Parts: sequence; C-alpha cells; structure tokens
Amino acid sequence: MTQGDRSSARPGSGAAGAPGTPPAEAGDDILIGRPSDGALSEQLLSTTWRPFTGGWKLAFAISGALTLLLFCLITLTVLRGIGVWGNNIPVAWGFGIINFVWWIGIGHAGTFISAILLLLEQHWRTSINRFTEGMTLFAVVQAGLFPLLHLGRPWFAYWLFPYPSAMGVWPQVRSALPWDAAAVTTYFSVSVMFWYLGLIPDLAALRDRGPTRARRIVYGIFALGFCGSVQQWRHYKVAYLLLAGLATPLVLSVHSVVSLDFATTGVSGWHSTIFPPFFVAGAILSGFAMVLVLIIPARRVFQLHNVITPWHFDAMAKMVLITSWIVTYSYIAEIFIAWYSGERYEMYQHLVNRPFGWYGWAFWLMVFCNCVVTQLFWSRRMRRNLTVLFVAALLINLGMWLERFEIIVVSLSRDFLPSAWHLFVPTWVDLGILAGTLGFFGLLFLLFLRLVPFVPVAEMKQMRAELVAGAHQEARP
Amino acid sequence: MTERARTPPDDQPVVMAEFASGPALLDGIRALRGCGVSRFDAFTPYEVEGLEDLLGVRRSRLSWIVLVVGLIAGGGAYLLQWWINVIDYPLNIGGRPYHSAPAFIPIAFEMTVLFASAAALFSALVLGGLPRLWHPVFEVEGFERATIDRFWLAVGAGDAALDRTRDTAVLEAAGAMRVVWLADPPARPAMPPGGAW
Repeated sequence: MTQGDRSSARPGSGAAGAPGTPPAEAGDDILIGRPSDGALSEQLLSTTWRPFTGGWKLAFAISGALTLLLFCLITLTVLRGIGVWGNNIPVAWGFGIINFVWWIGIGHAGTFISAILLLLEQHWRTSINRFTEGMTLFAVVQAGLFPLLHLGRPWFAYWLFPYPSAMGVWPQVRSALPWDAAAVTTYFSVSVMFWYLGLIPDLAALRDRGPTRARRIVYGIFALGFCGSVQQWRHYKVAYLLLAGLATPLVLSVHSVVSLDFATTGVSGWHSTIFPPFFVAGAILSGFAMVLVLIIPARRVFQLHNVITPWHFDAMAKMVLITSWIVTYSYIAEIFIAWYSGERYEMYQHLVNRPFGWYGWAFWLMVFCNCVVTQLFWSRRMRRNLTVLFVAALLINLGMWLERFEIIVVSLSRDFLPSAWHLFVPTWVDLGILAGTLGFFGLLFLLFLRLVPFVPVAEMKQMRAELVAGAHQEARP
Repeated sequence: MTERARTPPDDQPVVMAEFASGPALLDGIRALRGCGVSRFDAFTPYEVEGLEDLLGVRRSRLSWIVLVVGLIAGGGAYLLQWWINVIDYPLNIGGRPYHSAPAFIPIAFEMTVLFASAAALFSALVLGGLPRLWHPVFEVEGFERATIDRFWLAVGAGDAALDRTRDTAVLEAAGAMRVVWLADPPARPAMPPGGAW
C-alpha cells in the first residue's frame, strides 16, 4: 500500500490531499488492503452463510432463555397488573420508564451514525452504519414495550392515536404523552424504512450470490427485482440522502420529546429547560457505548478486522468523549441552576438529596461512569485498546441507566410534600423484565447478524472505488 | 465472444457488454457513443461516479414528491389537532387556549417526517420500476455478477445506429470482457427516449 493510499483514506484529507500529513501507521485506515469488489462481496455477504460458531449458539441460547423470561413476566404483568412492579405513589414511573428512556436513547447512536455522519460525509461510518441501524431498531422495540406495559391496560394502547371512536373522545394533543407516541412510532417506522432502503442492493447481491436456491428465492423476494440499472440508482441515491436528511432532525426530536415528558411537569429535578439537548447528548453517549459493546465481539467472531479498523474505534471513542463532556456540563449546569434559583425544593433535590440522600451511591456511581471513566479517551492508546473500550462502554451503559434512575426515581421519591415521601425498591419482576429485554435485544441482534450482511456491501465497494480514485488523483502532480 | 439469445420483446436491450470496472464501463460508453449509438443503460453493483453525467441523466424528481407529501402530512396533522382540540372535543385545561400552536408542533413535525420518509422509500421503488419479478437482462448468462463485481452496459432496442460487427469490435477494443447480442440490430421504435425502459 502506498503512502497516498493511506492518507487519502483519512476522512477530511480527500482528493486534494493534505500536504505534510504525518505518516500513518498500519491500521490507520478505514479500509485495510483495498480488497477487490469480488473479495469484499464474498467476505461481507458470507456472514449470512458461514457455519454457526459455538459462541454464537451459546449467546443465542442465553438470549433465548432471557426472552422467554421476558414474555413470562410480561404475561404476569398483564394478568396481575403493574402492582407486581415496585412502582408506588409518589414513584409512579419506576423501572418501566427508566428502561424506556434508556433503550430509546441507545437507539440514537444508530441514526446518528447512519444519517448525520452521512450528511457530514464521514466515510468511516460506512462499515458500521447498518450494524448500528440494526441496533437502533432492536433497541426501539425494547423501548416500545415499556410505555405499553406501563399503561396497565395495554390493550387500550390505541387510545393514544386519533381515531373516530364511538365514544366521541379524542386524545389530548397538548399533553407530552401523545407527542411521545407519535415520536416513537415515527422513529421506529422511519428507521425500518431507512434500513430497508439501504439493504436493497445487498439483498439483490444475496439473491445473485446466495449458496442455495432457497436463499436466493427468499432474498430475491425482498430484493424486489433490483438490478442496479441507471434509473434505479438515480432515484435510490436521492431517496437515501433524503431519508438521511429526514432522519437527522427526527433523531434530535425523539429524545427531545421524551425529555418533554419530564420537563413539562413541575417536579423538581425535571422542570428544566436544559432537558432536550441534555437528553439527546446522553442518548448518543449511551448509544455509542452500546455500539462498542456489540461491535467488538462481532468484529472478532466474523473476522472483519480489515473493514472495522482501529480508526473506527478511535473515532467512536472520540464521540464518547465529546458527548460525555456535554453530559457532564449538563450535570453541572443543573446543579448550578438549582443553587442559583434559590428555590428550596430545587436546592434540596440537587444539593442534598441526589448526592447525599438515600440513593447517593447511585449518583456517585453515575458520575464515575459517565464523567470520569470517559476521560481515558484523551489518550490515543486507550482509544485503540479494545479491552479498555469494551469495559468502559459497559460502564457507560450502566452510568446512563443510573442517570435515568437518578432523574426518575430519586426526583419522585422526594416530592414537594415531605409527608408523601416514599422510597422505591424494585421487585424481582422489575429486574427480570430488564434482564429479559437485554436478552430479547440480544436475540434479535444475533438473528440480524446471520440473516443480512451487517456491513453494507454495495456502500463498501463504492467507498473503496472512491478511495482508489482519490489515491490516483493524489498521485498526479 | 458473441452469443445469440431468443428474440426479445420491444422493451429489451439488444446488446450487452460486461466490464470489469466502473471506469472501463465509462470507456465503453464513450467508444460506442463515438459510433453514434445513444440509447444506453447500465447495470452496476454500486453507483459509478461520472456515469450519470456521461449519460446525461437528469436529477431525480423524487425530492419534489417528498416535499409535497411532507407538507401535506404536516399541514394535515396540524389541522387534525386543531380540529380535535378546538372544534370537536375542546378540553379546558387550566384556562389555556384551545388553539395552542406550540403544542401542536411536535406531532405535526413527526407526521411530516413519517410521511415524507414513506414517500421517499416508495417513490424510489416505483420510479425505479420496482417491485419487478423478472427483467429481460436476468436471462443473460453471467448477469448475476452485476450486483457483485461486474459492470454491464446495455443498448436498447430502437437504436438505429447499432451495427453488430462494428460494435462488437468497438466494445471489445474498449475493454469489454464479453459482448452479448440478444437480438439482431434492426431498429424497433418502441423504446422511450432517455435510456429508460
């Protein structure tokens, strides 16, 4: 590989080439080795037909068992009512809403990578965008379960949508809850459409290259007859860009709307104008952490070291560091504003109850996970150390879960009226449902890894062609 | 190498040529255009830079469809909320105005995005002629590599400038790995202009 090859691979250096770019190390590239179109297709499509490994089967068995647990506990919750959860008055939101906010936040990094980084022409997103879009879809599935169950009577969920009912009643659209229903269902639908549109060329490739006739027929049906003609690409390209353009404000709106469920109420610790940006930054932080948790093992199992390179980990760790600082700033701003307001309940909530109250340990653990651990990523060596990244990512996921615990449980348990104060303790059903959604998420993800090529093949080939063309241009005087 | 397949219906390509790379495909088009041939189509595993410019393909009108659908959906969602809250089922919540514009914006925005996205997806499919169970090009031997690593050039029926012997030689000289004639060149006037069929 020539020097020109490597430096052209760095996003930002582009065809013009940055004179004086420092010599890049091996692995400092978004696609190692420039494999041919055929070789890339073979490598990336074959993830769907390679033999199952023992590790995959074990993971599948564990996820399957947890999924079973989830559905048993959902049945229990629906039969007995949400009294089997630890929710009480005043802590009426409990684990259900913590898990909802946590899961939907995790989804955000997927859309961030696939849409926002596409518009910003960050080429490194190509190899991980489908992977993270899959993560988004499955995280939103988990998130969607919770508000549904938390209704207590999930069979009436359709009351949230406007339909001409015989009762003559309409939803109250000035409340944040119907906004939430609209935002989450839109987010899921648009994510599915964006994901499917991106998949079509690769489904067509699987139709043409699949090892068995049955596979070719099934993939052929989903490929819809796509054959890569000029007309098809012409409209496809514009549709893909438009979907990215639409998904960009959408992803920012979803967690903003979720945060409005809190911010529009009067509870101290919730009633804050910083919530929308604070929630979005936290969502992207937890999402990038989840991407790292999933992609480090997947890359190893499927031997994708040439397409998911240290460069990608470096870039993702930088995103973790940036969003972690936005979150840290928000924590500080919340505490400062509470003090500056001079309001008794606000000051008590932020200066006494959160750090030193009954749940003080959760606050300090959250600060450790979300603000302290991430500081490791100032170091380039740490950004590229997969063990450090993996452990840090797990801790950040824990930290972001605790942040929602902090916002929901800790705020509600110390309401305005001291006589109403009540602590919250989760029941085994709460913990089982949380574990169950982790398993269900894992199950869907493991199936996704086997059913479709999780690195976008056509986009990778196109990126490779552009990298090669860029290198030629650079080599010219 | 030339082959002969069965007689095609009117909307079929007459000659197809296989290339190993995008730039080679562009060379093939330029060479054939030099002979006066104009009705091109191409089948590629990914978008080839410069192909659309070379064929003079205009930008897709899809954006306009998406814009219109998005505006209708957003406006419709706003109107629906207004009708629900002001006309059909007004609820007095602490004396706040029934027509609360800021509170109607989130749902109007979400519906704009939802319907505009659906319009983008379905327009891309329909304008691209999908779903389609069968396409004449699928019958060409080796065409399945068009989604993997081969770049196919096609010239449609109705191009009077085609000449079997000359064009085979021209394409092979331009780097075609294979030239396949699906029919004899006699012109059929059925193909619409612009390379689409």
